[in-house]
Amino acid sequence: MRLSVNNLACERGERRIFQGVSFTLLPGEALVITGRNGAGKSSLLDILAGRLHPASGAILLDDADERTLPECLHYVGHRDALKAALTAEENLAFARDFLGNPALKPREALDAVGLAHAARLPVAYLSAGQRRRVALARLLVAHRPLWLLDEPTSALDTTSQEILRLILESHREGGGMVAASTHSPLFLKDAKEIRIERNPLPPSSAGEGGERSGPGEGPSLIELGPSHDPRSRQGHPLPQRGEGKAGEG
Amino acid sequence: MLRSFNALLVRDLKLAARVGGSGVMGLIFFLMIVTLIPFALGPDLNLLSRIGPAILWIAALLATLIGLDRLFQADQEDGSLDLLRLSHAPLEIVVLAKVIAYWLVTGLPLALAAPFLGFLVALSPEAMLAMVATLMVGTPALTFIGAVGAALTSSLRRGGLILAILVLPFMIPTLIFGVSAANAAVGGTIPFMTPFLVLMALSLIAAVVGTVGAAAALRSGE
Repeated sequence: MRLSVNNLACERGERRIFQGVSFTLLPGEALVITGRNGAGKSSLLDILAGRLHPASGAILLDDADERTLPECLHYVGHRDALKAALTAEENLAFARDFLGNPALKPREALDAVGLAHAARLPVAYLSAGQRRRVALARLLVAHRPLWLLDEPTSALDTTSQEILRLILESHREGGGMVAASTHSPLFLKDAKEIRIERNPLPPSSAGEGGERSGPGEGPSLIELGPSHDPRSRQGHPLPQRGEGKAGEG
Repeated sequence: MLRSFNALLVRDLKLAARVGGSGVMGLIFFLMIVTLIPFALGPDLNLLSRIGPAILWIAALLATLIGLDRLFQADQEDGSLDLLRLSHAPLEIVVLAKVIAYWLVTGLPLALAAPFLGFLVALSPEAMLAMVATLMVGTPALTFIGAVGAALTSSLRRGGLILAILVLPFMIPTLIFGVSAANAAVGGTIPFMTPFLVLMALSLIAAVVGTVGAAAALRSGE
């Protein structure tokens, strides 16, 4: 399987978040996505997971046996996707049955992240780090070649971070692919790294007060089509929409 | 695909049964409305038995609506909806499993409780049977129609009111034919089967349109 991303751009709320992102992932490779807060790391993962549509660019998946991209991946995001009323084991059993291609049993997966003792506790009773580990144990209960991890180490202690690293490395040795956004180093072997940058702030847009203007307001607000070359926007004489917010966070 | 469907159905039923689940909420709400009305109207048994089917149907409609805003919102909030998108099964199957689970814990208990609550509004035995039959056949329509609204409002913080405003107009035909079928069973000029078959048709149409519509709403609400 091979995932290639070509010149991807992302727009949210009619504001360009990033553009020109390209990379290729082959079996066994890992990609670490870095960037400032709000740079669009999560948005990139959201696009890969099929939750957001890219403004332009292409995502190609080769040799995937007629599976769509969402069927080939695990996604562990900021929200742990766990049901607080169900036990850790029930949550994982559901994911295993629901996602298909079952791998480890829920107990074994919890054992692998060091949470075997909490299997019968409702997730509501677990701490943030423990919940994150249950969410990561979901990676192990179903076979999926591509793992998308959005800041997987948040709330994890150092021991758990090391466990996570070992899990990721063994997934890669088995031919899996990992794409993770992170602020703290993951210490993955030979990982590719891309840095996502927000578009530079146009100096003349500072007076707009940060409010986004609606389409059709003002002369410069012609919507750019997906095929539009993003570079030509840089030289636009008028300020583009409310990019005054871009400097936040 | 069937495996995913079953897994989700079982999960939602478990969640409804747990503490804080929506399992009995609809039933208790149903009970509250039907209990209050005889006190408000007074002990006029003829009046009560005449408007009884209508009371039960309105109560069932409101009871179906009350927990509906959480149908997809709960999954949206804790990130489970992202997980549900990663299945081999299409989103329609996901919607179908969730709606069926919701109906099993709200619509079905309402229909089964109708005879007992029928005592409170002085229904005759035939009318009680007719209530069970019409609620059993009609509440799926309410649930499927409501699911579209629930999917549309899943990402809104306070979607409950907007949901009610959105879906209530579409629930009115079900209400009309449900009540008229129940009334036809105890007398009147039209045969019972005429409105009852229309009610069945409404449920079948809602099952198809609601499933596809809710899945489309979830897809576009990303």
